[in-house]
Amino acid sequence: MDAVDVPLAPKPSTFLSRNSDTLLRVFIPIGVVAVLVVIWHIGVVASGVPPYILPSPVAVAGALYKDWPTLLPALWVTAKITLASLALALVGGGGIAILLAQSKWIETAFYPITVILQVTPIVAISPLILIYAPTTQVALLICAFLVAFFPILSNMVQGLKSVDHNLLNLFDLYGASRWQTLLYLKLPSSLPYFMTGLRIGGGLALIAAVVAEFAAGSAGAGSGLAFRLLEAQFRMNIPRLFAALFLLSCLGVTIFAVTSFISWLSLHRWHESSIKREN
Amino acid sequence: MPIHHPRPFMTVSAAPQPSASTEQRKRPLVVMRSVSKMFSSGTLALSGMSLTVENGEFVSLLGPSGCGKSTALRIIAGLGDVSAGSIDWPSSRINAKGLPEGDISFVFQEPTLMPWQTVFGNVHLPLKLRGISKHAARDDIIATLATVGLKDFADAYPRELSGGMRMRVSIARALITRPKLLLMDEPFAALDEITRQKLNDDVLRLWKETGITVIFVTHSVFESAYLSNRIVVMKARPGRVHADFPLVTSLERGPNYRTSEEYRATCEKVSHSLLEAIGFPQDGHGEIH
Repeated sequence: MDAVDVPLAPKPSTFLSRNSDTLLRVFIPIGVVAVLVVIWHIGVVASGVPPYILPSPVAVAGALYKDWPTLLPALWVTAKITLASLALALVGGGGIAILLAQSKWIETAFYPITVILQVTPIVAISPLILIYAPTTQVALLICAFLVAFFPILSNMVQGLKSVDHNLLNLFDLYGASRWQTLLYLKLPSSLPYFMTGLRIGGGLALIAAVVAEFAAGSAGAGSGLAFRLLEAQFRMNIPRLFAALFLLSCLGVTIFAVTSFISWLSLHRWHESSIKREN
Repeated sequence: MPIHHPRPFMTVSAAPQPSASTEQRKRPLVVMRSVSKMFSSGTLALSGMSLTVENGEFVSLLGPSGCGKSTALRIIAGLGDVSAGSIDWPSSRINAKGLPEGDISFVFQEPTLMPWQTVFGNVHLPLKLRGISKHAARDDIIATLATVGLKDFADAYPRELSGGMRMRVSIARALITRPKLLLMDEPFAALDEITRQKLNDDVLRLWKETGITVIFVTHSVFESAYLSNRIVVMKARPGRVHADFPLVTSLERGPNYRTSEEYRATCEKVSHSLLEAIGFPQDGHGEIH
């Protein structure tokens, strides 16, 4: 067969063709969730399960609406503890990682302590923290911090150590100071590691904030969603329990989305992990 | 192509013009006196290596892999100390650490660029480390990028460039400080033949135009014979100088030079010397060691 010269042109670009990938990626998961909720609703209605065992999605939505004045402050408390502990963990983990990376001796001396802190189950330490901390809120903050801190630290230490040796040689050759090497080379090149730590730490901070509140058994006006969960369970108010659970999920998803976005924002122009493969 | 350069240009063909700085220029750039280097693993990488590099030379360090070429180059750059012997940089300013300051640039085997910086940012780095702002360095950076043919790629990120272009960025970064001595460690080994020849021509042109001194590590006989005006053949385990010969040619180095009888003869001479260094028997019968 003769070779035919086919003019090579990009496919015509319409709104749908340009965004179809994104649209599919948004709508397919939403559709799946919607179908599951509908099945759940039909299942509850058809089987006649009492709402104190399994409420229908409509009942959960109703509880969410009705109990909003109780749930919102609780959500706010949990969110505050999570975000504050994450922020502290970022500063602390990043800062200590930089300190550890300054010398082999400092690392040898202090890294084991951070590991011991990490491997000890946080629920086991929380009674102690509750005794020493001035308020329950501070105790929860410390617990969540301890959990979120380690992945950020260990990732950052790894990142600071994984700097290209030839680039280090280059900085030496040009007489760069320790500070310049840190600022212009070690910190930027460990950014992908830091971002991994951030995403893991963000998820763990929320888990720790909830678990620590379970352990603390705090109660009253200033308590978070974990307390509302337990309270709803004691009162057999299962729709409210589901509503609280729903809010916790929303908080988790938001943290995940925000940390992923920050990570994308800082890496998308240069790091392989954030670049779409073009084949 | 014009190059912004503070020092007077030295061309290879022209006789060096006498000037106030003649005395300065007569001093060699690098003097290695029986340098030995043993790594902490116990490997003796260099043993009693002596080498003097004069201003304006294009020296190729040629040898089998593992003969300590790269180690020697790093020592010349002041990266890593010597176990025995001494190294001096007679025409450089020496800083508090006893190392030459600002006169030496290094081009590694890989481009060794910072992926988070644009081409512009990468070339700016040596100046940034000296406290020169992006703004102040702009013209200089653009001019240097132009000399390596990358003027239009200042805002690109390294991952957007081909291997050859990344290497050019690396060369531009090495040139931005206007070094007296350019050290190149098998810079084009990972590139395809065509790109490699093109870059070889570029390096030759830069050498002629700027009068920079180049020490070029390679394991290619052809590359060394094409580029340099002095070839130092090294012997392996431990690394030391096996042969050192000047390469004087009246021919213009270019496509025609590659096919000239002189080039062929040089390649043959260098190949023989390299075989000797490796320890191949010259009669062609004995066992290969």
